[in-house]
Amino acid sequence: MTGFTPAPPAAGCRNAPVLKERGQREVFCGLTGIIWLHRKMQDAFFLVVGSRTCAHLLQSAAGVMIFAEPRFGTAILEEKDLAGLADANAELDREVDRLLARRPDIKQLFLVGSCPSEVIKLDLHRAAERLTERHAPHVRVMNYSGSGIETTFTEGEDACLATMVPTLPATDERQLLMVGALPDVVEDQALSLLAEMGVAPVRCLPAHRAAEAPGVGAHTVVALTQPFLNETAAGLERRGARILPAPFPFGEEGTTAWLWAVAQEFGVSPETFAKVTDAPRARARKAIAAAAETLGGKSIFFFPDSQLEIPLARFLTRECGMTAVEVGAPFINKQIVGPDLDLLAEGPVIAEGQDVDLQLDRCRAARPDLTVCGLGLANPLESEGMTTKWAIELVFTPVHFYEQAGDLAGLFARPLRRRAILAGLEGAA
Amino acid sequence: MKLTVWTYEGPPHVGAMRVATAMKGLHYVLHAPQGDTYADLLFTMIERRNHRPPVSYTTFQARDLGEDTANLFKTALHDAFDRFKPQAMIVGSSCTAELIQDDPEGMAATMDLGIPVIPLELPSYQRKENFGSDETFYQIVKAIARPMERTAHVSANLIGPVGLGFRHRDDITEVTALLEEMGIAVNVVAPMGATPADIARMGAAHFNVLMYPEHAETAARWMEKNLGQPFTKTVPIGVGATRDFIAEVARIAGVEPKADDARLRMPWYSQSVDSTYLTGKRVFLFGDATHVKAMARVARDEMGFEVVGLGCYNREFARDIRKLASEFGVEALISDDYLEVEKAIEDLAPEMILGTQMERHIGKRLGIPCAVISAPVHVQDFPARYSPQMGWEGANVIFDTLVHPLVMGLEEHLLHMFREDFEFHDEAGASHHGGAAKARAVEAEPETDQEAAAGAAPAEGEIVWLSAAEKELKKIPFFVRGKAKRNTEKFALEKGVHEISVETLYEAKAHYAR
Ligand code: SF4
Ligand code: SF4
Repeated sequence: MTGFTPAPPAAGCRNAPVLKERGQREVFCGLTGIIWLHRKMQDAFFLVVGSRTCAHLLQSAAGVMIFAEPRFGTAILEEKDLAGLADANAELDREVDRLLARRPDIKQLFLVGSCPSEVIKLDLHRAAERLTERHAPHVRVMNYSGSGIETTFTEGEDACLATMVPTLPATDERQLLMVGALPDVVEDQALSLLAEMGVAPVRCLPAHRAAEAPGVGAHTVVALTQPFLNETAAGLERRGARILPAPFPFGEEGTTAWLWAVAQEFGVSPETFAKVTDAPRARARKAIAAAAETLGGKSIFFFPDSQLEIPLARFLTRECGMTAVEVGAPFINKQIVGPDLDLLAEGPVIAEGQDVDLQLDRCRAARPDLTVCGLGLANPLESEGMTTKWAIELVFTPVHFYEQAGDLAGLFARPLRRRAILAGLEGAA
Repeated sequence: MKLTVWTYEGPPHVGAMRVATAMKGLHYVLHAPQGDTYADLLFTMIERRNHRPPVSYTTFQARDLGEDTANLFKTALHDAFDRFKPQAMIVGSSCTAELIQDDPEGMAATMDLGIPVIPLELPSYQRKENFGSDETFYQIVKAIARPMERTAHVSANLIGPVGLGFRHRDDITEVTALLEEMGIAVNVVAPMGATPADIARMGAAHFNVLMYPEHAETAARWMEKNLGQPFTKTVPIGVGATRDFIAEVARIAGVEPKADDARLRMPWYSQSVDSTYLTGKRVFLFGDATHVKAMARVARDEMGFEVVGLGCYNREFARDIRKLASEFGVEALISDDYLEVEKAIEDLAPEMILGTQMERHIGKRLGIPCAVISAPVHVQDFPARYSPQMGWEGANVIFDTLVHPLVMGLEEHLLHMFREDFEFHDEAGASHHGGAAKARAVEAEPETDQEAAAGAAPAEGEIVWLSAAEKELKKIPFFVRGKAKRNTEKFALEKGVHEISVETLYEAKAHYAR
């Protein structure tokens, strides 16, 4: 039965040449991952060891959230910490003690490395071991790097999950492990679709709480829900797990292909699959159609940001009738986004890395109908008469699986509709 | 190390960016790791600028560290020069680049681009954003401005307004108008809107108007010494300060102190009977030193509030603020620790906070109305409408801003009189602030266990509220209840009373009557 497998285009992008650029990169560092991870993981605290810049980044990016008793903070390095690393370790221990004394609800503490802490070679790994011993069994202290020199935006989530993988308990159970921090409502929808198909047991990484951490082992099959989880996937493979190749669950087609990959693995019959998915598929198609009216025939240009670019380009071109001009991603792992590249019709420039001024030149020359870019570029491009969709929203909005397919298309249609509505409005900037 | 949730100021290179972005024809090459471009969106989003900040970042990555990051810097400098053709450049390091010590200054010097390339020393692990802007502007002025013949007609430079400044855009317009009324022309406004060529002709002005000491005091002093230009010390925020400013300018410029205050409505609004209930409202002020200083005077002398506490986050002005606090007979809080500020506010239980974006959220948590008077601010404090803080219109704007968060007079009276109203009660908040009306929960009166409370011997220094007194306390409207509670407890402690009865409550009230 291939009825649930999307038909690939005559030629896909898997073997398309990749334009690799190096130069100024207009991207976030991995620290930003903390902003959604600390909401997802209810008993975790993220302590960045960094500079005032890192603290400033977090508060600029976190906006309103930082007031809701955030479970993150920055241990700001001072002159004296730079002078002697021994002191820095003592200082860190003191700050952690103080923090944990104030927050007895914390069960997992992440020491998050930054550019300054990496450059002065502060050994946070050792610090995490030392502090775990000190605060066991109540708190487990782990460490990963969210520095800009090593990670781009969503790679912070990857680094965080990857550091948890070796700490997960071993299990021989045959299970599906769904990996990627999804909004709760989306996670629940996915779990219920899988349950209706009889796929069980299904566990999630990250879990809501430390106590719910999933096991992993040779009979674990991994379904990634996010394309940026390269290190995490590699770590899970090292623990014996197998990664299911599948397109990512964006749109009706992407979700169906993702679920079908799981269904085949777990021996779900096509009839059962159809019974479970027929209605939500029809709903998703209908919801997408509304936005596709605006999007059909329009061209789109992606600046690199989150690694969601390739799967989203696949969704927008195949399900919404758009044409991709350039699809830029900060990093491309063909093993993971290969199935999406197969489905993306040949044509767009596939670019990895960035030289922002050169890429802007290409974008201006192409005059795409819609440009997906970060907040540093969005308003400047708008003022040049280009329509933009700011990319960060794609990480902060429920966009996966059937019930969000219409919302996802709507995110891209909205700026175009807005420009049309305001077409008569003019005035000085 | 210091644990931080909120920082009032960014790192010093953000201050340098604020100067660069304010100016035109100046480009900033910043040696920084990939990721530090986040700072762009402060300008493109919060300030809604329609172009990218004139900043090139080297955005080095880990793999570059083994290699030649210095070369990366040189390439970035060259590319920026070729692409943007600036009149001058500034170069410097972010906190991470400071650690790898590539020496942007030395490298820029060897490149000889034929334009001024100004190196910045910004110690990221000691100083902060405002230092960064002040130092950057000073270095630019020092490198480019030269003594020259004065303009034939009396003129002034307006110095200090920068990118991301709280209401800087409109303050410029207002101050320009004040000067114009006295027949004084504006020579150069800087950094905001100035090119390096404009900086070069700053020496032609007769004096400087130092609008924001945080961003331009060092430059002002340098110009005083090297260009012979005096600068104004009064910041014209508030009616009184604006009048003083006019007098000061008249004296410096040797002109008549003329003022056209026909559009000034603030004094009458404040004098009108509807404002009587504002008298003695207890306010706490926090922000940058300049705005706190100015607003403390407005609060006390022009609004009739009682200033119960004040402070600033920029240590550079600690002495000024301490002096001001002693004039007001209150404790000065010099701190950049958000939690300390929160604690101070909690202890003082003011009826209103005049602060920054952070204090807004403290106010929200504690249920205290708050008006924003100082950076750091968020997007809604870069409004589309004309909203200066300085000059006559600034005073009008301030009056509206300070009154708005408060419960209106009649509402306040009714809350005093009828506390049992099911929809119009104190926890429902000010009625003009939206939010669904919360109906008062009708609780069954809990059985009074007065005996039990009285029977348990209170620990040393501990105070027990008898339930009747507690009930009476609840009848006091919410915005003064915190203060009443503290006063009563203080009174009881002083008198050595361990149980607070209704009687004690009223005795304390009489004791503290003002
Ligand atoms: S890029 Fe590096 S220095 Fe900058 S905020 Fe991120 S971790 Fe901190
Ligand atoms: S709502 Fe959020 S983004 Fe807006 S001002 Fe408040 S904190 Fe800042």
